[in-house]
Amino acid sequence: MLTIKDYVLPKTLEEAYTILNLNKNNAILGGCAFLRLGSKQIETAIDLSDLALKYINEKDNQIEIGAMTTLREIETSPVLQKKFSGILPESVKNVGGVQLRNIVTVGGTVYSRYGFSDLNTALLSLDTDVVLHRKGRISLEEFLEKGAQKDILEKIIIRKTKCQASFKMMRNSAADYAILNVAVSKNDNDWKIAVGARPQRAKIAKEAGKYLAGSKKTNEEIEEAAVIATKELAFGSNTRGSKEYRESICKVLVKRAIMEVI
Amino acid sequence: MKIKVIINNQNMELDVAYDEFLADTLRRYGFLSVKKGCDTGSCGLCTVWVDDKPVLSCATLSVRINGKKITTIEGVQKEAKEFAEYLVNEGAEQCGFCSPGFIMTVLAMKRELQNPTVEEITHYLTGNLCRCTGYMGQLRAVKKYLGVV
Repeated sequence: MLTIKDYVLPKTLEEAYTILNLNKNNAILGGCAFLRLGSKQIETAIDLSDLALKYINEKDNQIEIGAMTTLREIETSPVLQKKFSGILPESVKNVGGVQLRNIVTVGGTVYSRYGFSDLNTALLSLDTDVVLHRKGRISLEEFLEKGAQKDILEKIIIRKTKCQASFKMMRNSAADYAILNVAVSKNDNDWKIAVGARPQRAKIAKEAGKYLAGSKKTNEEIEEAAVIATKELAFGSNTRGSKEYRESICKVLVKRAIMEVI
Repeated sequence: MKIKVIINNQNMELDVAYDEFLADTLRRYGFLSVKKGCDTGSCGLCTVWVDDKPVLSCATLSVRINGKKITTIEGVQKEAKEFAEYLVNEGAEQCGFCSPGFIMTVLAMKRELQNPTVEEITHYLTGNLCRCTGYMGQLRAVKKYLGVV
């Protein structure tokens, strides 16, 4: 059972950061929907609700999404429904029900680097950076790989491009966790193929992207790119699916996503 | 911690533990329409509105609702009764345990979606589980209630 001994609502990010690092059992609260399923014993829970981090701002060259923005706000954002072929709303719409998405936050999802995350896979296929209070701005790709030490995610920044994109996933039933998810984007001839819920966290299939860029995109070449992506990434087994099953559906989902983007 | 909230249009001061979730708080203060069916954030039985948005009260920390407006089915009796008539007419009710949460989501959907398609309706209601039925009766009732037959 989750336990919380103390609770604070800091007025600045700096204050939140200082409190976070006072004790190793102090923790930042996202939406708490996943946190409550565990048995974490939190000394001081730090709530970022007073820091005005709930926003989706469209700027000239980028879109900024605050850490406390909910997945439902991403799903219903008119800006995000139009940009990037709408893959961000598409990626979150099967995460639980509306009532869960009204709670779950972007910060909680991205900072925790959940392997099962649908949003992280979609974000990874785009040109996304994360802004951490102490470490500053780094690419989402680097962040998903290395994580951060007791830091606070302030916002994510997605560079605006004219990219075409597609998000695909496989679930046993609506609102369950994904067995596998795939996001593909194409900016000019620059291809990014991201695969998540393998069940490990999302990663880019770089070889497959390169192969695709250099190909004529015939049906055979698209199938080959999907095979390369499946070979270069690692897959594993859990209660939702075996390694072999994931490899099989990876080929199909990557192929479908590429076909949709072309 | 003491928090001040407005529950069903009434100002209330609640005393809550830091790690207490809203479903437990509401039940402790007598709002027994709020049910807990799964404890994993999957079933939607505990649905209430926080500032008019449907949320899972089992996954909402009570301290975080300080200063906010909560609505349970006790606060929307007239509308709930009206929709319940549709449910009964379609034979959709069986044990009734999931009804309060389900009805809160339906009423929230009515406010949020304009003229929804069947696909949009089922998508909005995906987070509400019912173990007795196959959802067909509920869907008929919702469509008639919203006038989108």
